[in-house]
Amino acid sequence: MTERILLAHGSGGKLAHDLVEKVLVKPLSNPLLDRLDDSAVFSCSGRLAFTTDSYVVNPIFFPGGDIGKLAVCGTVNDLSMVGATPLYLSLAFIIEEGLLVDELERVLISVQAAAREAQVQIVTGDTKVVNKGSADRLFVNTAGVGTVPEGVDISGSNAQPGDKVILSGTIGDHGIAVLSQREGLGFSTRLQSDCAPLSGLVAEMLTASKRIHAMRDPTRGGLATTLNELASQSRVGIRIEEEKVPVRDEVRGACEMLGIDPLYVANEGKLVAIVHPEDAEAVLQKMRQHRYGKNAAIIGEVRPDHPGRVVMKTSLGASRIVDMLVGDPLPRIC
Amino acid sequence: MRLVDDFRNSDLAKGLIGSIRRSSTKHVRLMEFCGGHTVAIMRHGIRQLLPSTIEMLSGPGCPVCVTDNADLDKAIALARLPEVTLTTFGDMLKVRGSRSSLQQARAEGADVRIVYSTLDALQIARQNPSRKVVFLGVGFETTAPTVAASILQAEKEGLQNYYVLSMHKLCPPVIKAILDSGEVRVSGLICPGHVSAVVGSGSWDFIARDYGIPCVVSGFEPVDILQTVHMLVGQLEKGESRVEIAYRRGVSAEGNKRALEIMYQVFEPCPARWRGVGAVPGSGLGLRDAYRRFDAEAAFEFDPGPTVEPKGCICGEILRAIKTPRECSLFRSVCTPANPVGPCMVSSEGSCAAYYLYGAADD
Amino acid sequence: MCLAVPALVRSIDGDEAEVELGGVTRRASLMLTPEARVGDYVLLHAGYAINVLDEAEAEETLNMLREMARLAEDDVR
Repeated sequence: MTERILLAHGSGGKLAHDLVEKVLVKPLSNPLLDRLDDSAVFSCSGRLAFTTDSYVVNPIFFPGGDIGKLAVCGTVNDLSMVGATPLYLSLAFIIEEGLLVDELERVLISVQAAAREAQVQIVTGDTKVVNKGSADRLFVNTAGVGTVPEGVDISGSNAQPGDKVILSGTIGDHGIAVLSQREGLGFSTRLQSDCAPLSGLVAEMLTASKRIHAMRDPTRGGLATTLNELASQSRVGIRIEEEKVPVRDEVRGACEMLGIDPLYVANEGKLVAIVHPEDAEAVLQKMRQHRYGKNAAIIGEVRPDHPGRVVMKTSLGASRIVDMLVGDPLPRIC
Repeated sequence: MRLVDDFRNSDLAKGLIGSIRRSSTKHVRLMEFCGGHTVAIMRHGIRQLLPSTIEMLSGPGCPVCVTDNADLDKAIALARLPEVTLTTFGDMLKVRGSRSSLQQARAEGADVRIVYSTLDALQIARQNPSRKVVFLGVGFETTAPTVAASILQAEKEGLQNYYVLSMHKLCPPVIKAILDSGEVRVSGLICPGHVSAVVGSGSWDFIARDYGIPCVVSGFEPVDILQTVHMLVGQLEKGESRVEIAYRRGVSAEGNKRALEIMYQVFEPCPARWRGVGAVPGSGLGLRDAYRRFDAEAAFEFDPGPTVEPKGCICGEILRAIKTPRECSLFRSVCTPANPVGPCMVSSEGSCAAYYLYGAADD
Repeated sequence: MCLAVPALVRSIDGDEAEVELGGVTRRASLMLTPEARVGDYVLLHAGYAINVLDEAEAEETLNMLREMARLAEDDVR
C-alpha cells in the first residue's frame, strides 16, 4: 500500500482493487459486502424507509469523532427519526488525491465502530479519487435502508396542538467542537462532538409510547431551524422556554465569545420528539435512562396559534420569535 | 459564567421592571446607539417588559450598517487584487456595496478570509510572506485600539506585508450631528458600554451639558439595560440631565488611557461618511503619516467603480432613528435576512435584522 | 461594535494571556491592558483585553439590585 491515495486508486485497476479489499472492505467485512457484486441483494418485508446524506465536514477529524462516524450516525439517525429500524448502508467516498492512507484507515475504523454500535451493515460502496483541489480531502455519502414497523407513522407533519416538545440533551456541542478546530478562531475547549447513533434511544422511546407524532435531529441550522421546519410542515405553532433548553457551559462560553446563538449551532447526536401530552413524561423517563438521553428535557409545547412560527419565552418572561437560520452562523464581532 | 449570569438573573430583572413601572409617569423616548444594545433589547424582549410611557429608539450604532457604499466598494476592489488576502470580521462578508459583496467576490475567486481578531490577521501575514494581507478595519472606539495595536505589533516585528484599510469611526461626533439635525426628539441616551470602557463616560458630558439630555452608560446583559432605563427614568422624572454609569464594573469616567494612547498614536480623526447621515467632520479615523506604509489605500492601485445607492431603501432614516423598520415598505415583504436590500437587514446587529429575527410574537 | 465578554486571566506570557470563559480558553493580547494580572477578569473584544473589570463594583451593583428586588417583593406582599 502506498503512503498516499493516488488518482490511480480510483481508476478501477490493480491499485484500486487493492485499496478496496485491504482498506475498505476488510474492516467492514460482512457476507453481503464480501461478495463485492455490483449490488447487494437482500430481502425485506413491510414498509421500507430510505435516506441519503453527504458529508463534507472540515476538518475531517474533530474532538469526539470524524467524518466516518458522522456519515454512519447521520444516516442511521435519519432512518430512526421516522421510526425505522436501520438495516443496511451504502458508503461512497470521493477522495482528494494526496490523502494519507493512514487517515482513510482511521476513518474506516470509525465507520466500523459506529456501524457496530448502530447494528447496521455497510453492504455496498464506491470510491472515486479526484485531483488535488477538487475535494476538501474527503467527501462521504451514505444511503440507508430500514424497516418501519406496522402501525408506526412518525412524520414532521403529524404534530398536534397540545403535544409536548422533548429535546434529548444539550445543544451546540458538535458545532462548537468543530469550530474549535478551525484556523482563525483560535479557541480551545475540552468539548467533544455529540455525534452518536440514536437508533437505540429511539427504540426505547417507542416502547414507552405509540403516540410519538414527530421526530427530527437538529443538525445543520440547529434546534431553531428544526423546530421551524416542524412547525411549518405540521402547520402548527411551537412555543419553547429558554430556561428549559439545556446548554453546556463550554458551548455558552464559546458562543458568547464568538457572538453565535446556541439555538443555531449544529448537533449530531440529539433529537427533538413531539409527543402526545399524556405520554410525554413516560417517554422522557425512558430517554433519561439511556446514555444518549441523560439530559433530556421537555422544552415546550405545540400550539394552534401562530402556525409555522416558533416563539420562545425568554428568561425574563418576555416572548420573542425564533426564526430559521439564514446563511452561516458567522462569528460576529459586533 | 461569572459576571454574565448574575446580570441575566430574572429576579433582579423583575425588581427593576417593577421599580420602573412604579416611577415612570412621563412619556419619554430613549435612544441607544450601539448595535449590541439593539440586539440585546430585541433578543430579551425588553420592549414588552417596559410600561407604555417608555419608547425605545435605535440610533446609528451598527458600524457595519453605517459603512458607506463607497467604502465597501473600496474593500471589494482591494479583495479582487490577485496579490491581496483580505481579512475581515465576519459581519462584513454579506454587506452589499454598489454592485457586489465580499462574499460574492470570494465566490468569484478573491482571497477573503474571516478572522476573529487582528491577531489572526497578523498570523496569516507571518505565515504567507508572499501575500499582501489587508485587514478591513471596521468598528468604533472599542475596536480601533485593537487595530492600532496590531499595526504597532507589525512595526515591531518588521512585517512587510500587513496593511489596514481603515473605516473606523468615532461615536461622539455623529451623536452630535444627529442631535444637531433636530430630526429626532430624544429624551435620554443609552450610551454604549464598550465604547465607553475605552473612551470613558466623560466623552458624553457634552450631551448632558449642551443638550440637556441625560445619559447613562449601559452594559449588555438584560439586567444592565433595565438598570440603565431605571436610572434614565429616575433623572427624567426629576428633570435632571447628567452622565451616569450603570455599567460600573466595566466603565470609568476617564476610560482606558493606554488604549486611547495607542489608538491616537496610530490614527488621527479625519472626515468620514456615515450611511444615512452623510459627511460628518472629524468622525473617522485615518492612519497617521508615520504609519502610512500600513495604509492599504496608499499602498495599492485599485478602482472601486462608481458608487450606487439601493433604491427604496430607507436605512438612512432608520439609522437616524426617524423611522422604525416597520415603517419601511420593503421590510419583510421584499427585504428579509435571506434577501436583504440594505445594510440594516444584512448586519446581524442592524435594526431591521433585529426586528425581523426577534420581533415580538404579536407583531 | 461592542461584543466583549468578561474572561478570566489564567496565565500571562509577555504581552499575551490565556483567558477563559465557561471552560473555553483562548489567547488574548494585553497590549491595551498591561496592568492585568492573573486572576483578573478582563473585557475580551476581538482577541484583545480592552479593560480590566472591577469585581468590587460588580458586587456592589448586584447587592443594590438585590435590595431593590427584595423591597419590591415586600411591597407586593
